[in-house]
Amino acid sequence: MNGSPALVLDGVSRHFGGLRAVDGVSLTVGAGERHALIGPNGAGKTTLFHLISGELAPTAGRIALFGADVTRLAPHRRAALGIARTFQITKLFPGLTVLENVLLACEALDARKLVMHRRADAYGDLDARARALLERFGLSGLARELARNLSYGDQRKLEVALSMAGRPRLLLLDEPMAGLSAGESRSMHDLLDRLDRSIAVLLIEHDMDVAFAFAERVTVLHQGRVLVQGDRDAVSANRAVQDIYLGTEPVRDLGSGAEG
Amino acid sequence: MAGRDVARTVTARHVAVGAMALLLVAGPLFLGSYWIGLLTQIVILATLAMSLDILLGYTGLPSLGHAAFFGVAAYAVAVLSTTYRADFWTTVVAAVAIGTALAAACGLIVAHVRDVYFLMITLALGMVLWGLSYRWIPVTGGDNGISGIPTLDAHAGLPLSGPAAFYYVTLLVFLASAALMRTLVRSPFGLTLRGIRENEGRMRSLGFNTWLHCYLSFVIAGAFASVAGVMWAYYNGFVSPTYLDLTASSELFLMVTLGGPATLVGPVLGAGAIVLLKNVMSAYTARWLLILGIVYIVAILAAPRGIWNLGGRRSG
Ligand SMILES: Nc1ncnc2c1ncn2[C@@H]1O[C@H](COP(=O)(O)OP(=O)(O)OP(=O)(O)O)[C@@H](O)[C@H]1O
Ligand SMILES: [Mg+2]
Repeated sequence: MNGSPALVLDGVSRHFGGLRAVDGVSLTVGAGERHALIGPNGAGKTTLFHLISGELAPTAGRIALFGADVTRLAPHRRAALGIARTFQITKLFPGLTVLENVLLACEALDARKLVMHRRADAYGDLDARARALLERFGLSGLARELARNLSYGDQRKLEVALSMAGRPRLLLLDEPMAGLSAGESRSMHDLLDRLDRSIAVLLIEHDMDVAFAFAERVTVLHQGRVLVQGDRDAVSANRAVQDIYLGTEPVRDLGSGAEG
Repeated sequence: MAGRDVARTVTARHVAVGAMALLLVAGPLFLGSYWIGLLTQIVILATLAMSLDILLGYTGLPSLGHAAFFGVAAYAVAVLSTTYRADFWTTVVAAVAIGTALAAACGLIVAHVRDVYFLMITLALGMVLWGLSYRWIPVTGGDNGISGIPTLDAHAGLPLSGPAAFYYVTLLVFLASAALMRTLVRSPFGLTLRGIRENEGRMRSLGFNTWLHCYLSFVIAGAFASVAGVMWAYYNGFVSPTYLDLTASSELFLMVTLGGPATLVGPVLGAGAIVLLKNVMSAYTARWLLILGIVYIVAILAAPRGIWNLGGRRSG
């Protein structure tokens, strides 16, 4: 089990009607590897995350997590294998407190989630884990606040905190820095840098500097296909990538053209 | 300023609960049998309304067929105690088991669907069971229903009889059920139900088998509805198809939304309000459904989160 890569995608596709949002993508993320997924708007990055985590079923191709074929597995069963993700559009529990949000996330892979006769906050270890997580993200002071009352930046932090509660071995982060202030963005960056080296991370990031600083391997997606893939230095030196990213404007046009 | 407001509403809530508890416990000492009867109806229907709150308020599953389990358990009491002359404990245990088993069977279907589809499919299941009570004449007596259910004290061999004694039995069952449901909603499992209400997709991606949690919620709600149905059968001494009809389920739905979903206390207030209103109004008009509709509209406009949440909503 330890020897198998965290994630293997083999010719994975997802079509929406005539639109090939993800088109024959193959990709391997080794155990503990830091991998960046970049590409212009509409390239299919988020759709690929939905396929990996099981929110969407692929039209074609195979997906393996830690050596196990999960192509047809429900999202909660994939989570049990050690995968966790964040969402580009924040998905929290708005009517619950911040502490309840993370407590729930800590319960997710614990058999005690079915306990009915004790109070939810009665388990010291779960409570401690939840509070430590809030501490790590600087959210301790907001523990009793309803999630819907948080500022946008704090909601983004909570979004990432939820994904880490289950101690995943593969983390999918969909633009965790987007919309954060410069200061918040830096502290999020530090947080990702300090992540345990045993956790494999697949990061979608629009800021090239951030992506290349974080990842050792990079995949560039364009119109659903893999344009370039490889080590950070090889990818950053690649002509096609430079063409896309030195002139961002035309590529964004290409991306939105694909949407229509 | 906001803090002081919260403190004031919490105090108002404490006073309200205290007054309610006093009325429920000491009421029969100075009330006539008509009012004791109304109190009995209130605590039985409050048990039923709390059970729907687990589903509707906490899990966010809007059932329009919840009265079916209540009705089926009541029918089970009637059939077992009259046709089969079963003893008290056999009747009670079997009736709750039958209502719960039915919820367990229906849950297999309904736990897969959400929102308006859940509403429609529970409505349809409720209608099927209502139709069954109406048409399966050899067992249910059809339109006439079944009468001649023994009184609780005769059937159970209680030393005390009369409306006050029966009321206190139902009060005990209500309090025990309320305590169990309160424990449930505050438990880790209860937290998962609220998580499903708030964002089921995120629950799945975190690793929850939300189908299982919705299913368990449905079965547990059905079990408490069955307990209420058993009490209702002994209270009335007869059963009829009206126990399962759409009006019963709609009144129940209104008790929860009017009182305040996801609070457990709210549905008790809602049950009290609807029972009193129905009995007062029936002296003046036969158009109960019209009144119910008007109450619903006024409630949605004046207290969209229910009476219990008038002073501001807490996490629930
Ligand atoms: N459910 C859907 N139905 C139809 N089309 C969809 C659906 N989801 C995504 N698409 C389309 O698939 C394409 C890829 O979208 P996706 O969200 O994966 O892009 P992305 O790379 O994440 O873009 P961004 O950088 O803007 O987040 C887009 O053209 C989008 O409009
Ligand atoms: Mg995206």
